[in-house]
Amino acid sequence: MSAPTEGQAPAVAPGTATQPGDPGTPGAEAAERSAGSVLQSIARSNVLVVVLAFVFAFVVGSVLILVSDVDVRAAAGYFLSRPGDLIGASWTAITEAYAAMFRGAVFDLPGARKVADDIAERGGSGLYLLGPAFLRGIKPLLETLTVATPLIIASVGMAVSFRSGLFNIGGTGQLIVGATAAGYVGFAIDLPVVIHLLVCILAAIVAGGLYGGIAGFLKARFGASEVITTIMLNWIATYALAFALTTSAFTGANKAQPTSPAIAGTARLPLLAGDQYRLHLGLVIALLAVVFLWWLMSRSTLGFRFRAVGSNPRAAEVAGIDVGRSAIGVMVVAGALVGLAGGVHVLGTEQRLTGSIAGSIGFDAITVALLGRSGPVGILLAGVLFAGLSTGGRFMESAQGVPIDLVQVIQALVVLFIAAPPLVRFLVGLGGVDRPRAPRRRTATGAHAAPVLAADAAAVAAAEGPAAPREGAHRAPVEPAADGGAQPPGPPGDPAEPVGPVDSADPADPAGTHSTVDPCGPDAPKGENA
Amino acid sequence: MKLELRGITKVFGTFVANDAIDLVVEPGEIHSLLGENGAGKSTLMNVLYGLYRPDGGEILLDDEPVRFSGPGDAMRAGIGMVHQHFMLVPPFTVAENVMLGNEPGTFGFLDLASARRTVRELSARFGFDIDPDAVVEDLPVGAQQRVEIIKALSRQAKVLVLDEPTAVLTPHETDELMGIMRQLRDEGTSIVFITHKLREVKAVADRITVIRRGRIVGTADPSADQTELASLMVGRSVALDLDKAPAAPGEVALEVRGLGVTDADGVVLLDDVDLDVHRGEVLGVAGVQGNGQTELTEALLGLQKGARGSIRLDGAELVGRSTRQILDAGVGFVPEDRTHDALVPDFSVAENLVLDQHHRAPYATGVLLHPEAVRRRATAEVEEFDVRTGSIDDAVSTLSGGNQQKVVMARALGRDLSLFIASQPTRGVDVGSIEFLHRRIVAERDKGTPVIIVSTELDEVIQLSDRIAVMYRGGILGIVPADEDRDVLGLMMAGYTAEAAREAVAAGARTSDTTLADEGDIV
Repeated sequence: MSAPTEGQAPAVAPGTATQPGDPGTPGAEAAERSAGSVLQSIARSNVLVVVLAFVFAFVVGSVLILVSDVDVRAAAGYFLSRPGDLIGASWTAITEAYAAMFRGAVFDLPGARKVADDIAERGGSGLYLLGPAFLRGIKPLLETLTVATPLIIASVGMAVSFRSGLFNIGGTGQLIVGATAAGYVGFAIDLPVVIHLLVCILAAIVAGGLYGGIAGFLKARFGASEVITTIMLNWIATYALAFALTTSAFTGANKAQPTSPAIAGTARLPLLAGDQYRLHLGLVIALLAVVFLWWLMSRSTLGFRFRAVGSNPRAAEVAGIDVGRSAIGVMVVAGALVGLAGGVHVLGTEQRLTGSIAGSIGFDAITVALLGRSGPVGILLAGVLFAGLSTGGRFMESAQGVPIDLVQVIQALVVLFIAAPPLVRFLVGLGGVDRPRAPRRRTATGAHAAPVLAADAAAVAAAEGPAAPREGAHRAPVEPAADGGAQPPGPPGDPAEPVGPVDSADPADPAGTHSTVDPCGPDAPKGENA
Repeated sequence: MKLELRGITKVFGTFVANDAIDLVVEPGEIHSLLGENGAGKSTLMNVLYGLYRPDGGEILLDDEPVRFSGPGDAMRAGIGMVHQHFMLVPPFTVAENVMLGNEPGTFGFLDLASARRTVRELSARFGFDIDPDAVVEDLPVGAQQRVEIIKALSRQAKVLVLDEPTAVLTPHETDELMGIMRQLRDEGTSIVFITHKLREVKAVADRITVIRRGRIVGTADPSADQTELASLMVGRSVALDLDKAPAAPGEVALEVRGLGVTDADGVVLLDDVDLDVHRGEVLGVAGVQGNGQTELTEALLGLQKGARGSIRLDGAELVGRSTRQILDAGVGFVPEDRTHDALVPDFSVAENLVLDQHHRAPYATGVLLHPEAVRRRATAEVEEFDVRTGSIDDAVSTLSGGNQQKVVMARALGRDLSLFIASQPTRGVDVGSIEFLHRRIVAERDKGTPVIIVSTELDEVIQLSDRIAVMYRGGILGIVPADEDRDVLGLMMAGYTAEAAREAVAAGARTSDTTLADEGDIV
């Protein structure tokens, strides 16, 4: 953030020093606000658009399946002589691939049938047959729910920050810190049965909250962009954990392996559905987290303040809300939730700390939160869906030879389509350009692959610039945000680049012109007559 | 160029924004389109400018039917538009802005010199006083507006549409703009002047068309009576004069001593202000915008962090307290810029109504919010202030400006107050609502609350106030009774002390502001 001291616009934005927006510089503040409003609009993207985005993503996915399928390519070679072959092969390839995905993610019908046949051979029937067959069949679904558990909890944390106008990219870091705290308490300390688990979970929440709070504090006190600080905190957490796993305090007796000892039995999350499944109590915690999100955002004064600050920090400040404290609060709550996700992941699913404990959950959670429109129900559905895609994709790869990368492509395409509602509407032939009080184009984005995301976050801010004048040309004022946002986002993966679009809307503040002697001072009323 | 709109109809869903509108603008006339907020004026002009496609009717230029598929077409046909919110790129220079979208030059090389020349020529011809190399964001609002006009003229606009051009201007800038409009008219440009301010219409229009709820409800001559125009516009009779009982001031409730604010660059924004406000009186703060009024109100609210001096409300010191504490002490505040400072656009009307009270009973207990209590309050306030909204759960950003202002006023006035401060209480609000809001302010005074009204519209200050403080360069130049001569107030706003101003007026001096005031005086 460039010199927060330089442009304390006195007449226009007094007291911005405590604002989480860039202190002082109205341009940057507007950019912050526009980034915030992008988040808000993501949170309200159309359900229809989400559904259609999935349809299109799967259509494109089908094409990719065809291209990668050996039989289809062979049949394409003699298309002119026997076109039926190509169509037949294509149909087979697509249906089999998606059937495999379903089988791997939801219900394993062939597996269930096999169990049923075995029992029938031995003379079983009725419930003796259906029961075990059903239990075999739902194994993929329970696995999907297991995978979904930390994803949902972490997404809830993300949703808290998104709906409060903060773009928390620090899922990975907060997750690692939570997992490490819970894991350490879990294997290094002896406590009685229930208490051990509770202490572990508490440790995860506290650690995540403190870690998230760092970014919040830096924002509130120094105006540092949370996008940058959280990304950097991700790296710090990642490498701190990697280092910790080389020390005997974390590896225990087994110094050769960079993994911790297993979590003590007293600290593990109990299994929910018996030994043959991994599903654990974390799922209940995830459901509670979702309920908590609803309560926090719509039934608590805290959430009310968070949302107010997220939408218009200046109005919130004038109404007596401490904007800086709110930013810290948001990041503490978000970090605590994501930390909880890490704790649940290590205490339930993984049962030991490894360097890759966070996997891609931290970033997937961003996508899930965006997909779920940062709402409780949406996150629940999106979380299960995403988990299903990844468990199903893994099975599809082993069963049909369709690369798992395809699933990643489909996930990325879903987000891409959701990010461009006009594209979706165009594809299904829904026009409807002029409306009264034409709202800003809903822009949304997110990304699946980790490094791309940082740049994408900035691209969101950028998208608002060029997008606004297009449809809302007749009413959108020329905003300072537009010039900053219009800059192309940096190359993916370069963590320094996103600063550009987010921050460069920092035109030298004409502070000098604010002197009281200027009778036509620049504090132009922004009155709006809609 | 003669512009004719025939039977223009524009429908949004079930809402008819324009219903078979006929309008003829003769060459070289200033045609004023008068109507309340949301009457359909802007929609009509957006149809004309090619931003909306009409659902019926046609546009004729010099009796030739034309069709525009976008603003580009409209511009090429000679229609220029100056939007209420300027369409300028702030970091660009004037010349760059003027040539934007119409870049002169060959093979991709910009011909900045010719753009500069155009700016200079137009500026000289109309006395705009605009430097082509000035950066737009450094210019005052009035000058930015002139840049917009230059932009339109540089594209040979024969019909110039000005959408609420005075909403953002100071009285002085408004005068200048009117001069420019007359000059443009005399050179043959047709001007469509959209506004809801009666006085300006009477001062400058050649013909007046009044539009209400998407229909033309009448045409009038500039000589028409103001009250008549107002009732035509609002659809019922409106009292333009506020008859209020004389104040019955009680003891001093607010004592401001030596209040000062200095910005980070060391510029003194508020200079040693002393003020007393009594219970049951309205103290008006007049002054040209940017003379410290904003800082004064914000310092009172604890929003100016480095404020010096003392503010005592009912004996309790407010300097150094947080905004929350000051609000909790019973201060009701209406900020000057509702969009920026007062409303959370995504919040519902109900949520906005409790924004500053959401943490207190009955709206919350501890961290628990009570949505029923919030809704009850909202239902009552929406009813009382006649906020036109579909539902109290609608986002406040979907309301018209006037209704948004009512929400802000309702929020501030909706509880027992120990002090009420309102900045620009009726900015962007139509005549009908102004009357209502003014009555509410006076009612608050009559309840015994000390009231501070800050307004750049002298009429408003004079109408509402019992005493008037004039601010100039961050200080209070003097406090005069509300029946002080207008010319004296005008001179004080320009920096004369009360005595000097009175002497000058006695000697026959007049301010430019009053020429306008005399042409169509509300008071």
